[in-house]
Amino acid sequence: MTKKLAVLGLTPFALYILLFLAIPSALAITTGFFDKAGAFTLDNVGALFSPQILQTFLSSFWVSGVTAVIGAVVGALVCYALLGTRPDGTLRSTVNSAASVLAQFGGVMLAFAFIATIGVQGVITVWLKDAGLDIYGNGVWLYQVPGLLLPYLYFQVPLMVITFMPALEGLKPQWAEANSSLGGSRFTYWVRIAGPILLPSFLGSLLLLFANAFSSYATAAALISQGSQIVPLQIRSALISETVLGRANMAGALAFGMIVVMVVLMFGYSLLQSRTARWQR
Amino acid sequence: MSGARVDARGAATRGRTAEPRVGAAPSRLTRTIILSVVGLVFAIPIVAMIQFTFRDGLSGSYTLGHWTGLADPAVNTKYAPLVTALGNSGVLVVVTVLLVLVLLLPTMVLVELRFPRLRRVLEFVCIVPITVPAIVLVVGLVPVYSVVVKVAGSSIWSLGFAYGVTVLPYAYRAIQANLGTVDVITLSEAARSLGAGWATVLFRVILPNLRRGMLAAAFISVAVVLGEFTIASLLNRVNLQTALVLISKSDPYVAVIFSLLALGFAFVLLLLIGRLSTVGAGRTHRPRRPSDAGNVALPVAAGSLSPATVVLPAAVLPAPGAVPPVPAAERANR
Repeated sequence: MTKKLAVLGLTPFALYILLFLAIPSALAITTGFFDKAGAFTLDNVGALFSPQILQTFLSSFWVSGVTAVIGAVVGALVCYALLGTRPDGTLRSTVNSAASVLAQFGGVMLAFAFIATIGVQGVITVWLKDAGLDIYGNGVWLYQVPGLLLPYLYFQVPLMVITFMPALEGLKPQWAEANSSLGGSRFTYWVRIAGPILLPSFLGSLLLLFANAFSSYATAAALISQGSQIVPLQIRSALISETVLGRANMAGALAFGMIVVMVVLMFGYSLLQSRTARWQR
Repeated sequence: MSGARVDARGAATRGRTAEPRVGAAPSRLTRTIILSVVGLVFAIPIVAMIQFTFRDGLSGSYTLGHWTGLADPAVNTKYAPLVTALGNSGVLVVVTVLLVLVLLLPTMVLVELRFPRLRRVLEFVCIVPITVPAIVLVVGLVPVYSVVVKVAGSSIWSLGFAYGVTVLPYAYRAIQANLGTVDVITLSEAARSLGAGWATVLFRVILPNLRRGMLAAAFISVAVVLGEFTIASLLNRVNLQTALVLISKSDPYVAVIFSLLALGFAFVLLLLIGRLSTVGAGRTHRPRRPSDAGNVALPVAAGSLSPATVVLPAAVLPAPGAVPPVPAAERANR
């Protein structure tokens, strides 16, 4: 096989990537900088800072932040509970498989599950009502931004289990032994040894969870059929109606805003990852 | 000295002895409490879905009618659109898996054999779809697809091109985890020196060694495509998920039943991926490149990316220059 032929072999994939990844990504990021006539403008991107759009970004940050923090803490607890079990044992592999599946379980089907659980006629709703507690006493919040929290947690916790477990597994028994032979307690072990070692990895996973919730669309779209309370839903309205703030190409500006956030998050993640790696050799 | 160490380690691994525990592991009681509470809470929505399918309207009584109705010709005209959508999703699954096996796989093998310096570039390209989530990508796909429709018509299969991109990170990781444990260069040189042509090298030497990675990549692609909603809905195409939303408005029971079935199917697929990654993991030899080894047993994690929610799996993520989550040496030693 000559070099020329080999290079030729790369072209189909390169073409495919160009057409369906590079061009769409470039279009998504840049259309926000042009107006309907195709002239360069900063209007759309400037409109990102209008109170209305800022509010959706804030809501998105709020949902992502809350679910990332709770998801990270609960997920880390599950990882901690799995410590000391055999890595190839039944318990570990069951939890692993379940976490992979549940982290997958997003979108429309997840929305259905929560409507069946805490919808107006949901199992838990009815059950609590019979017990004298009306969770919708102040109006139905499942189809509003706060309603996203529980469904999002349903995929955030499993994602944390998947991403954080390797870091916990990397804790060497020798460190615990050294701690105890030097007179340390389990408290000092966690606070002075395991804690600092795990921190970058924990924060990295936290960023990952944040990015995950921030970019998630389908669950919210299935639950909230009207309106544009978070950024992905705002993109939906911009794509469907083109009337967001009465501007064309607003979807492009919003996409640009999301990409900026995602790139910052992913950059932070990879920094923290390389820091984590120090202890995993 | 050494006796004390053995004791300490024994206590740490057993974790239930009366002696003070040394290691990081929790006590058996703590473990049981955490896992059962979280497990129970996570079981509730699934149980609620199942219970929902047996409800008889709002009457409070239960019926098998929603399940038996699936086979009733009078009722099943109602979910005819769902059957069409299932067909569409089937076509998309085939197109996407073909893209992975015909486009991505040969490129990865070629890069491994002839362009080792492009490995980083390829990895970067394949991981980009994580930073560019579906909801952003779709903004750029709208104009692209207005051209695609002109060229290829509006039939459903062309949507597979977009899905090929969304499954890229998972498929890449799944194949790479396998590729990293197989020394394709030595294998192909050996085959070549014995007189094999390139086709023989590829089809009879390299690909059989990559069977596990190929299967895992195909399965994860199936799971992702079946769950995809964002792109299809915003490009006004019909697939399983968009049809589920539509039908849930007229018959929520059928929608939930089909969701449960799809979920069960995805569960089985992902369990199979888990099996694939553990079977044979024991006999993989020490990998050449440490950076690949960490992911050997991780295609399950790679499967975590949610189709619709864009859940980011650990195994997919390490950016170029970052290291895999599990230390290579650790895995290799086990």
